Amino acid sequence: MEITERGLWTLIHGMGFGALYLLACSGALVELYRFVGPSTPGELTARSERFLKFYLLTMVVLAWVAVLTGAYVVYPWYRAAAPAGTVDLAAFPQRLLMSSPSTTGWHSLGMEWKEHIAWFAPISITMVAFVFIKYGRDLKNHRQLRAGMLSFALASFIAAGVAGFFGAMISKYAPVQGGHTIQLSHGEEK
Amino acid sequence: MNNSDRSLSFGVPVIPNGSGVAAILAAAIGCFSLAVLAFAGDKSVAIKNILNFYKPTGPLSGVTTVAILIWFVVWGLLEWRWGKKTVVMGRTIAVAFVLLGLSLLLTFPPIVDIF
Repeated sequence: MEITERGLWTLIHGMGFGALYLLACSGALVELYRFVGPSTPGELTARSERFLKFYLLTMVVLAWVAVLTGAYVVYPWYRAAAPAGTVDLAAFPQRLLMSSPSTTGWHSLGMEWKEHIAWFAPISITMVAFVFIKYGRDLKNHRQLRAGMLSFALASFIAAGVAGFFGAMISKYAPVQGGHTIQLSHGEEK
Repeated sequence: MNNSDRSLSFGVPVIPNGSGVAAILAAAIGCFSLAVLAFAGDKSVAIKNILNFYKPTGPLSGVTTVAILIWFVVWGLLEWRWGKKTVVMGRTIAVAFVLLGLSLLLTFPPIVDIF
């Protein structure tokens, strides 16, 4: 069992930071709604307030690391231009997708949307974390701030979901591969 | 004033809303700037080239860097103006929602291709 260096980075970006952020986002939405939902603001103890602040800060870090590794580590490998006359496009995922009418949409719709919408996630969750840390339990007295926070947290979840979905599908049809091969385990011969 | 004191004041905001409204509007403006820059880069080769800050990443590097700068500058200015005030926020939050909605639409390639 082995993985290439670029494959590992794609895994760290997508499964490590991206998927973890998406999971955390669903949890944060539930917690935020429970504590600062529009109808009945729940009781927020000092301990749970501290926990949610830490949770949101962790999400901020995850979101920024996910988009930065995506844009500056994985994306350059994805969009690398193939030298003229290259027949095997396996090392050039964007070109590989665009070489066939059945896969070109994964780039022209999927990647074109993903590469931009993904950035809404860290921007939105940074704001949500800032507002929650600043106001804490006083949010119960700010109905419209609560509505704004929850809406942007939802937007962050949607943005991360779109990016995650297209990232997974693009990796299925044109995985980013190359670099050193890392041996994970030696299989037994049959 | 500690947190437990604050929790006693139900119905009477202790912290003015200005800072929160500034953060929400700035985030919406940041997202909208990113969408507009991405749109502009898609429609104009000159803008696309200007936004190519880091060649391996291409115009995405400029689109996101400029949008983040706009977001931070706007956030700083709004915080400076509203940070310690209580502001009327209904219309401002509505504007933020509209900008966020437009941002989501403007990054969607089939809509970008209409223009």
